[in-house]
Amino acid sequence: MSIVSPEKGWYSEPLDKEEKVWVAIALAWCLLTFFLMPVWHVVGKQNPSSESYRVDPVKFNEIATAFTEKYKVGEENGIPIVHPPAGSDVFVVAGGYQWRPILELEKGKEYRIHLSSLDFQHGFSLVSPKFVMNYMVLPGYDYVIKVTPTEAGTYSIICNEFCGMGHHIMIGKLIVK
Amino acid sequence: MASADFRTCPTTGLKVHLPAEGLIKANAVVAVVAILIGGIAALAVLLTRLPAVHILPADWFYRLLTAHALDMLVVWIIFFEIAGLYFGGTVLLNSRLAAPKVGWLAFILMVVGAGIVNAIVLMGGADVTFTSYPPLKAHPAYYLGIILFAVGTLIAVGLFFGTLAIAKKEKTYDGSLPMVTFGLMCAAIIAVLTLLHGAAIYIPTFLWSIGLLPSIDPSMYRLIFWGFGHPSQQINVCAMVAVWYLLATLTTGAKPLNEKLCRTAFLLYVLFINVASEHHLLVDPVLSTAHKIFNTGYVMHLAVLASMIHAFAVPAMTEVALRKKGYSKGLFEWLKKAPWGEPGFSSMMLSLLIFGFVGGITGVTFGTEQISIIRHNTWAITGHFHGTVVGGTTLAFMGLTYYVVPLIFRREIISKKAAQIQPYLFGIGVFIMANSMMFAGSYGIPRRHWDITFAGTAFPYAFDPTAMLFMTLAGLGGLLAIIGGAMYVLNTVGSVFFGKKL
Repeated sequence: MSIVSPEKGWYSEPLDKEEKVWVAIALAWCLLTFFLMPVWHVVGKQNPSSESYRVDPVKFNEIATAFTEKYKVGEENGIPIVHPPAGSDVFVVAGGYQWRPILELEKGKEYRIHLSSLDFQHGFSLVSPKFVMNYMVLPGYDYVIKVTPTEAGTYSIICNEFCGMGHHIMIGKLIVK
Repeated sequence: MASADFRTCPTTGLKVHLPAEGLIKANAVVAVVAILIGGIAALAVLLTRLPAVHILPADWFYRLLTAHALDMLVVWIIFFEIAGLYFGGTVLLNSRLAAPKVGWLAFILMVVGAGIVNAIVLMGGADVTFTSYPPLKAHPAYYLGIILFAVGTLIAVGLFFGTLAIAKKEKTYDGSLPMVTFGLMCAAIIAVLTLLHGAAIYIPTFLWSIGLLPSIDPSMYRLIFWGFGHPSQQINVCAMVAVWYLLATLTTGAKPLNEKLCRTAFLLYVLFINVASEHHLLVDPVLSTAHKIFNTGYVMHLAVLASMIHAFAVPAMTEVALRKKGYSKGLFEWLKKAPWGEPGFSSMMLSLLIFGFVGGITGVTFGTEQISIIRHNTWAITGHFHGTVVGGTTLAFMGLTYYVVPLIFRREIISKKAAQIQPYLFGIGVFIMANSMMFAGSYGIPRRHWDITFAGTAFPYAFDPTAMLFMTLAGLGGLLAIIGGAMYVLNTVGSVFFGKKL
């Protein structure tokens, strides 16, 4: 009975064989998954980045705006399209329910994408029919993600962290050529 | 101590302290009111998420989503747990409640807090969703309401510990605590740790909202908030497992096979579950890789071990009890002849299965670095915690209610038939909904999103049609669960007011 005090001597009651076997299996499974975490970090090819810097949102916006103006190649729906040099540092700014600018990246080249927000917390969610990739974007922090696009196409960036009443209209684009 | 303060239950022979009984009733009633409000919000939110129906405008969607989360995750579950703590601390120990007046103070604080939070959310002063991540700012009353609620809860938990102390001193029971009370005590310890984290984050945030602090660091907020947000779900896990033991005993007379093993498992929850909550921050800036791996890899798996032990111990003790009753033919006669028509038994078993296979397994996998990249903030996360908190905790608590009504309210359940069907409807509904949410989430469907068709936006994106199919399935499962939930509320409220007096 779980609702009355156990009989005296319960503490020295030995485990049955079934209990021992189950605890052993469970423990082995837990240890295995535990060791897989660091192992996969080394063996696997896709880990969350841990490179980030504290940044003043105004400064970040200035740097990103200068970057956008320098490499601007076009515009779509009022959002600039930029084509930065292959392998460079590139910037995506979240704010005002927009992702700015639209990056045009080259297939097979590695880029360092700097993510930050000017207002609220946002969820950078790169969606396509083939894969999904999510990172948090916080105001005051520059999050650097190293990315090598492997397939050409147009990808959408949606926001998946609630950021206010315009949350659901926050959608941007990323192009790989 | 006057014995006039006690009555003896004619069915179970348990001694019930009348002032404690009053508090158990009051807390249970507010819990059911909360699940009613949260349930109405759930229906509106669900129908809005279905692209084909989409009934609410955006602002009311986010508003009711905030109310749904707070009323279900916090108000319903915590009021029920406080009722459970008073039950486990007094009735199961033959004891009196240490200080009933303090219990009423806690109750009033919690009701006022919950009332303020609901009012300000519905008035549109706190469109921040459950996590209220700064710099999103709610009206100060929102944070104040939560703080009042948390202070009330902390007082109630303190009263439970006080009751344990006087029961021990007055020798109202012999030997160690019963398993159920022990499990509830572990839940109460986790509750204290959780509420301290809550204080550490909501008090500065409140000060910021009234202009006394210049800003709240978003990253710091996330770290401490989740020290409150996730462990508060571990209180539920711990209390739910205690309820599994209680229901197994009430419905089959089962007795834990090895007390030491089960109690050690409860201790593992206390020791390891708090730190594991950092899996919310796996794709955040700021934290280092080693930090993320240590907390979610090493520490989390020791808490998982505890669940694995309970998942074995509860069905095992049930099997032994049923075999003793003579259902010992072959491997599975005990399972076939188990009291599946008893709502307490069916909800215990369904809760165990859904919690383990739907909520638990996904929790462990989503809580790894790489999978977090593809699942973070998608609808899959919503699916995961509906598996744990709704299919697990809420279902177990619903099953227990069918015993609380006759034992504490001394009323017969008005519809035994509805009580029999209800756990299945609710359980199967949540099972379908949670799994469909996870499939839809794997296509990138975001959580907390008013319009995943992106109508009228600059660059609309069309999700895979399969994802839309899973959204519809989630809607159907959700409707089934809501019908089950409505049956629960109607039957419980009906029985409390109109049930035959026992």
